[in-house]
Order: sequence, then C-alpha cells, then structure tokens
Amino acid sequence: MHPDKEFLLKLAQGFIPEPSDEELKYLALLNRERVTRPLVMVNSSISGVVAGARETWAAIESYVAERSLDIELCESGSIGLSSEEPVVSVQMPGKTRLFFSKVKAENVHSLLDDVIHHVIPEQMLIGQLRREGQEAWPDVPFLDEIPFFSLQSRVLLEDCGIIDPFSFPEYVARGGYRAFLQTIRSQTFSEVCDLVIRSGLRGRSGGGFPTGEKWKSAFETASDQKYVICNAEESDPGAFMDRTLMEGNPYQLLEGISIAAYAIGSNRAYIYIRSEYKDAIERITRAITELRSMGLLGDNILDSGYNLQISLRKGPGAFVCGEETALIASLEGRRGMPASKPPYPTQSGYLGQPTVVNNVETLANLPLILKKGADWFRGIGLPGCTGTKIFSISGRARISGLVEVPMGTSFGTIVNEIIGGVNKGRTLKAIHVGGPTGCMIPPHMMDIPVAYENLKEVGLVMGSGGVLVMDDKTCVVNTVRYFMEYVDRQSCGKCIPCREGTRRMAEILGGITRKPADDEGQTTLERFKGVMQLEHLAAVMKDTSLCGLGQNAPSPVVSTLKYFRKEYEEHIFDRKCTSNTCSELRTWYIDVDMCTGCSICAKRCPAEAIIGTPTHPYFIVQEKCIGCGICYEVCKFTAVYYK
Amino acid sequence: MTETARINEILERFPQIKRNALIPLLQAIQDEFGYISETAIGRIGDHLSLPTSKVFGLATFYNQFSFASRGQYHITICNGSSCHMGGSGELLSEITKMLEITDGECTRDRLFSLEVQSCIGACGQSPVMAVNDKYYAGVEIKELRAIIKKYRKDASG
Repeated sequence: MHPDKEFLLKLAQGFIPEPSDEELKYLALLNRERVTRPLVMVNSSISGVVAGARETWAAIESYVAERSLDIELCESGSIGLSSEEPVVSVQMPGKTRLFFSKVKAENVHSLLDDVIHHVIPEQMLIGQLRREGQEAWPDVPFLDEIPFFSLQSRVLLEDCGIIDPFSFPEYVARGGYRAFLQTIRSQTFSEVCDLVIRSGLRGRSGGGFPTGEKWKSAFETASDQKYVICNAEESDPGAFMDRTLMEGNPYQLLEGISIAAYAIGSNRAYIYIRSEYKDAIERITRAITELRSMGLLGDNILDSGYNLQISLRKGPGAFVCGEETALIASLEGRRGMPASKPPYPTQSGYLGQPTVVNNVETLANLPLILKKGADWFRGIGLPGCTGTKIFSISGRARISGLVEVPMGTSFGTIVNEIIGGVNKGRTLKAIHVGGPTGCMIPPHMMDIPVAYENLKEVGLVMGSGGVLVMDDKTCVVNTVRYFMEYVDRQSCGKCIPCREGTRRMAEILGGITRKPADDEGQTTLERFKGVMQLEHLAAVMKDTSLCGLGQNAPSPVVSTLKYFRKEYEEHIFDRKCTSNTCSELRTWYIDVDMCTGCSICAKRCPAEAIIGTPTHPYFIVQEKCIGCGICYEVCKFTAVYYK
Repeated sequence: MTETARINEILERFPQIKRNALIPLLQAIQDEFGYISETAIGRIGDHLSLPTSKVFGLATFYNQFSFASRGQYHITICNGSSCHMGGSGELLSEITKMLEITDGECTRDRLFSLEVQSCIGACGQSPVMAVNDKYYAGVEIKELRAIIKKYRKDASG
C-alpha cells in the first residue's frame, strides 16, 4: 500500500474536515484501526533487542515463511515495560490488539499458533488495547485496567509502542502534523510563545524553567539568525525516557522542534543526540528524510513562506554536555565546558546567535499543547507545574520501565502502586531520583507531591526523571560512592570546586567502603577526618561551582547524610555493611566441615591473615583480614563464606 | 587501501575548514577504524589548521573516542546505576582478571577489547553486556566466564 502523498498532505493540513466513506476506510487502514491481515509488531528498541527481540523477529519471519502466511510484520517502539521485553503485539482483523510479554524466540511458535487460531496463551499475556470499532477479546483485561497503566496518564507516551515509528502516514492518520501546519498558517511567532507561556509548560530536564519565557527572550533578541537545539544527550545512567520517545515516536519530536523553531522565528534547528543511541539516530534520520521528501522541511514549507532545516548532530558523549552552554560549546567543536551566565544562550548562544535549548520531553509536549490547547494542558497536573512527567524506573523495582504521571503525583504512588514496589520478600529502602546529581528519598518522604517547588522546599530535586529503586539488599553508601565516582570522571575540570571536590568526595567515600589496610599511621585518622569534612565540602561545592553539575554533585551525599546517617556510621564505626554490598567490608569465614586443609588460601592471602596446618581446617584471623575476598575465589571446595 | 588513503578519503568528505567540523570528523574516523590513531590526529590538525594538541585535547575530553584499536571481539559492559546494582562491577573485575585488560584496552593477542559504557539504556535487564553486536542480559559471573570461553574457542577455530 503506497499512501497518496497529496492525500496525506491534505489530511495533515486539516483540509479534509468531512471525509467520504472511501476516505474513512483508507484512514482506518492507515491508522491501523482496521487491518486486512494479521499484524505482528515487535518492539525493536534497545530494551527489546537486549532481551532478544532480534531473535524473536527472526523466529517470527521463519514461522511465517514456513507456513507461507499472509502476515504483516512490523517494528514498534517500547510501551514502557522494559523488564517484560521482548514485547510483541498481535492484531487479528476486526479484533483489538493483544500485547504479550517475554516473547523469546522459542515461544514464538506456540504464541502465533494460538493467536491465529483465536486462543489466548495466558502465561505471556499482558492485555488488550482498547480501541473503538474493534471487537474486544473475551476475558482479556484491557491495558487501561492493569494497575501499571491505569494509574498513569499517558499523554506523551500514548502512541509509543503502538505505532510504527518509521511510518509517516500512520503518524498523520493519527492526527499528527496538523498542529504545526495550522500554526504556521494562522499564528504569529509571538502568539505561539504566548500560548506556550499560558500552558505553563516548563523545561523537563531538571531546572524547570518556563519554556515559553525562554522562547520569548530569544524571540525578542534581534538577530537575523536564530537556532533551536534539541538536547537529546540524556547521559544520566538509568534515564531512558528521551530515548524511548525518540525510538517510539520520532515524528512527534520533529513536529515539536518545528513548532519551537517557528515560535522564535528560527529556520535552523539541531538535534544533539548521544552517539550511543544508534536506533534513535536511525529513526530520526529516516524521519527527517521522509519529511523533506514530503515538503514539510526545507524551503517554503507548503507555500507558507516559512523555511526550516533540521539536522542531527551526534554528541561524542560527556555528561556535562547536558548543560546548555556546554552543549553549545560541543556543537561548535570545542571541549564541552559550561560558560558563566549571563549572557544566556537566548541572547548569545550557538555561534553567538540567540539559541533556545530544550530537551526531548519538553519539545514532545508541543504538538499536543497546540492541538488540544493551553487550557487542556493547564488542566493536567498542579497549578504552576502543569502537564505530565515521565519517570524511568530501574534498579530493584518489580517492574522496570517508563511511567508517565501528572505533575503532583507522589513518588509513593509511582513506586508502590504503579510498579508494584520491590520484589517479593524484600523491603523498600529508598529511591534515588535524578541520576548522579540527584538525591535519595527515604520511604517516609515519598508522599510529597512531585513538583519543582515542593521538592525544592524540602531540599530534594526532580532531576530529569530517572528513579532508581533500592531495596534492603542494596547499600546506600556504595550507591552514593558509585555516583560520586561517575561525576568525578565526568567533571569537565573547568572550575576547581567541582574538579577537586568530586575527586575528594569519591576518595572519602571509597575509604568508608573499604577496611583500612592497617590501623597504624594515617589511614584511620584520614577516614574520620574525611567524613567530618564531607558536609563542609558539600556546602563549598554547592556555593562556588560554575554549573549545575558541580552545584548538584554533592546532593546525593547531603541527602543520604541527612536521611541515612546510621548507615554511614555502621560503615565507619562497625566497618560493616549490613546489606553485604560493599565487598571489601565483608567478614569472611572458613567452614570447618568443608575445608580440606589444602592451604591454597593461606598461600594467596595478601595480609597473611589465614593460619592453620595442612590437611586440617584453616582459620581466618579477623583482625588481620582486609576483606579482599581472594580466599573465596581460590577455594576449590567452597569452604569460604561471608556473613 | 592504506590507512593514510582511507583517512584522506574521510577528510575529503569535510571540505569546509571550520572548527565545528572537528567532532563529526573525529567521529567519522572512529567509525571507520574503531579508534583514533596518532596519524589521524595529525592529518585532522593539518586539514583544519589546528594544532595537534587542540585536536588531541578535544578528543580525550569525550567518552566516545578511543585511542587503542579494537580486538576481534569488542566487549561492552554497561555500568549504569541499575547495572551497577546488579553487579557490573564484579563482572568488570572478573574480565580484568581473566583478560588482563581495563576500559579502553585490548589484549595482546588482539582478541578482546573492553569498553565501559555509562548506560546502554536497557535497565530492566541488568546487568547488560555486549560482545560486538550480540547483547547478553542478566549476566552472572559464571555466564561471563562461559561467554569468554566460547569466543576464545570460536577464534581458535
């Protein structure tokens, strides 16, 4: 089926207010309300591929080829259930679409056999997608009835995992591009800025700066060349919402960028994307090519007199490039180091011209705001903090994945109700919000409605939306040390408080999570001195660092010292890690029944802490043990264990 | 084709002598060779009229660029927060012990090279590792040993 270009453009411009029966039929085919042959969709984004989606795809292909079936096989993005991958959905003609989880290559055979014969394989089933005009499967829950989906309000993610990300016709048939095309025909630049100010949209990358105000400032700066940069760097470990949006619905982002560019009167936009995001890069590149061939990018877009070019730039990878001035430096071909503000990028940014930098999630909101109106957007969330926010949940959660909730929803609801808490038999210890420069929130603080100001009041941050769930088998100090080592590596080195402060903090935390090699000399003293200085060091870094990275770098330490002080004290005074995560603090024992007295552990022990006579069980002298665990690795009789 | 010829071919794709071509150029070299050699840095400097120190200074700033050639099997380990919690640190030290390489290095027989990534983005399947294009989810130490053994065997035929 080759969709008619003219028809699509008419549709996108809203020139078909009352479609004829034939056109309606065609539309239903395009937006897959109706399929003429079974449709099988496999999530081919990275979370799926890691879980084995490529093998699943190959298995489906060979299944179809063997039986010479007439089936449409198609790639999709992720519906947000990362821990349930590979997710496969099947739509039989006339019926609603069914979603299945953990469809490995070996399950393909039985799954397709069942579904084609209208039987439902219960053990893999997630649910069915509610859609008008389609007959529902009996006794199958709708997706919006399952707790994971029912408590969310999926506005941005609505089409992710449902549509074919490569298909422009499908995006248009679902109402896409109308917002942009109507805007460039009927609204002035400043009207769009005002509309976005009225909607209350704020930047989703952490700072929460009002998007419309930013645009207005760039719009009002006189210059003949202005730039829009989409920040798709997303280098926080544990954050994957921007990636999922790009992989699942690239046209939505491109429409958003187009709207932003129009609003500030710019005709040049860049997408600065992390070079590791290969799938997202491929999808965006293909989408840009498609838009060019449709005449929706380029000179004089559909005779409106408006020109726009969007190009993709691969970011070579640096955490600090999430900061807008550093990102601009990187685009200009320099080291990604932040500059002091003012001047703000909206006055003097890329190549000295007014530049607006917005992140993916912010921009993806725009088509929806323009389509449904500022008042609709204001109706979601809290006054002063409108709209939804996507959180990416990872760590020890029962379900890892993407959760989109209205602003003002508490972390308690997200963690306990939507993702169902932690795994069975474990208890929730804390959640870490906002990546390496975020903060740790104990369970009793999780009832605060999530909004920029509410969290700030109690000294917490929202960050970009990564949520790391921690259970009782994880160690707070160890996690903080991990983040501090990460920030230490990623600090650009321009300002001293950040460069030296993060290094010192990582060293101090490293000292706490290790046993001192001996009690003599400086080591013990250094441990105590370091800990006493942590808080002071944190305050200095916060006050004197140049950019957000350095200012927020100590916040994991500050928040954990406040809420998990006991755990620090255990590590320092008792030299004990209750969760046994800090491997160098483990206490090792030798099982007398298992030990054969081969003496290999005693020979390899670097601290000479193992004593005994050959052929008799050996013994570890705890006072000498430095906890390196070599005895455990060399023992052939599994006689060494830790408590 | 010799290395210099291949480098020249890439340089021809960037006729504009502008500073903002530097990163795309380095990326093209990295994609072609898998690493950035001293020769390449010198040639890029000549092409863009930049001192070698500036080119090298920029390249070392970013995580994407590596300066050692890749092995036949390029191991990528995710060290994101979720994978760290799942035990990626132990996997790393196991690899270092088995192959005697750390991040950005290659074994002397050019068989294995190691790269640590900050987050692959598949946090639901932690810990994640990849060998060339093949991903492994939920890897444990035992499995890791078997994987490396398997590739060793493949290489020796």
